[in-house]
Amino acid sequence: MSEDHNGHVVDYKFNILVWIDLLIFTIITIEVAQFDLQDLTVIMALLVASVKTFLVGSYFMHLKFENKFMQAIVIGVAVLFVLVLILLFSDYLFFK
Amino acid sequence: MSTPSITHEHSEHFDAYGKKLGMWLFLFTEVLLFGGLFIVYATYRFLNHDAFHQGSAELNLVVGAINTAILLTSSLTVALSITAIQKGDSKKAFNLIIITIIFALAFLVNKYFEWYAKYEHGLFPGMEHFKELSHGESQFFFLYFFMTGLHAIHVIVGAVLLGVIAYLIKKGTVNKDRYIYLENGGLYWHLVDVIWIYLFPLFYLII
Repeated sequence: MSEDHNGHVVDYKFNILVWIDLLIFTIITIEVAQFDLQDLTVIMALLVASVKTFLVGSYFMHLKFENKFMQAIVIGVAVLFVLVLILLFSDYLFFK
Repeated sequence: MSTPSITHEHSEHFDAYGKKLGMWLFLFTEVLLFGGLFIVYATYRFLNHDAFHQGSAELNLVVGAINTAILLTSSLTVALSITAIQKGDSKKAFNLIIITIIFALAFLVNKYFEWYAKYEHGLFPGMEHFKELSHGESQFFFLYFFMTGLHAIHVIVGAVLLGVIAYLIKKGTVNKDRYIYLENGGLYWHLVDVIWIYLFPLFYLII
C-alpha cells in the first residue's frame, strides 16, 4: 500500500449496505411527500436528502476515514451554506 | 550551478493527499455554483408557492424516481471500483467503471425523453405555451430546465472523466498503489449524485 493513500478499504458488502439504505431513504422521501404536511413537507424532504448526503459523503466519498482537517473543511462549507439559507429566510420572514 | 554530485535513489514525488485536497477545494466551488441556484429556487418558491406546486405536478415522478435510483446505483459501482483497485483487482475496477458510464448514459437517455415531453408541450423557455404560463410557473420551468440542464452537463463531464480513468486503469497508470485519479473521479461523480439527491425532491416532490 502506498504511503500517499490513507489506505482504508471499505468492504464490498458494506458499500452495498450503504446503497440499500440510500434506496430505502429514496422510497421514504417519495412516500412522505404524498401526505400534505404543509411546511413540514419541505423540511422532511430536505432532512432525508441530508441524511442521504451524509451517507454518500461518509462512506462512498470516504470522509469518515479522512484526517480531521479534510473533515473540518467539508463540514465548514456545509455549515456556511446552511447559515446563508437561514439568514436569507430570517430576512424574508422578518419583512413579510 | 546544477551539477548533481550526489545521486539520490530516484523516487518521483507523487502527492496523492495534495491531489485529493485540491479535488475537494474544486468540489466546494461546485457546491457554491449549485448552492447559489438553490437559493434562487428557495426564494422564488417562497414567493410563488402555489405556482411551484402546479409546476411540480406536471413533472414525471416515475422518471425522476428511476433516475434517482440509477444515479445512486452508479455511485455504488464507483465506490465498489475503488474497493476493487485497493484489493489489486484492476480488471474488476475497470469493469465497474464501464458499468458506471452505462448508468450515466441511461440517466441521460431518460432525461432526454423527459425534456422532450416538456418541449412537445411547449414548456421550454421562449416557446408559445411557456409565454402563457403564470409568472410563478414560468419561473419554475425556467429553473427546472436550467438546474437539471446544468446537472446533466455535469453528468456528461463525469462520464467523460470516468472514461479517461477507465483507460488509465487499463494502461496500468491507475493501480493498487496509485489510485488517486480513480478516487478523485469518484469524488466528482458522488458530488453529481449528491446534487441530484437535492434536485429530485425539490422539483419532483414539492407539495
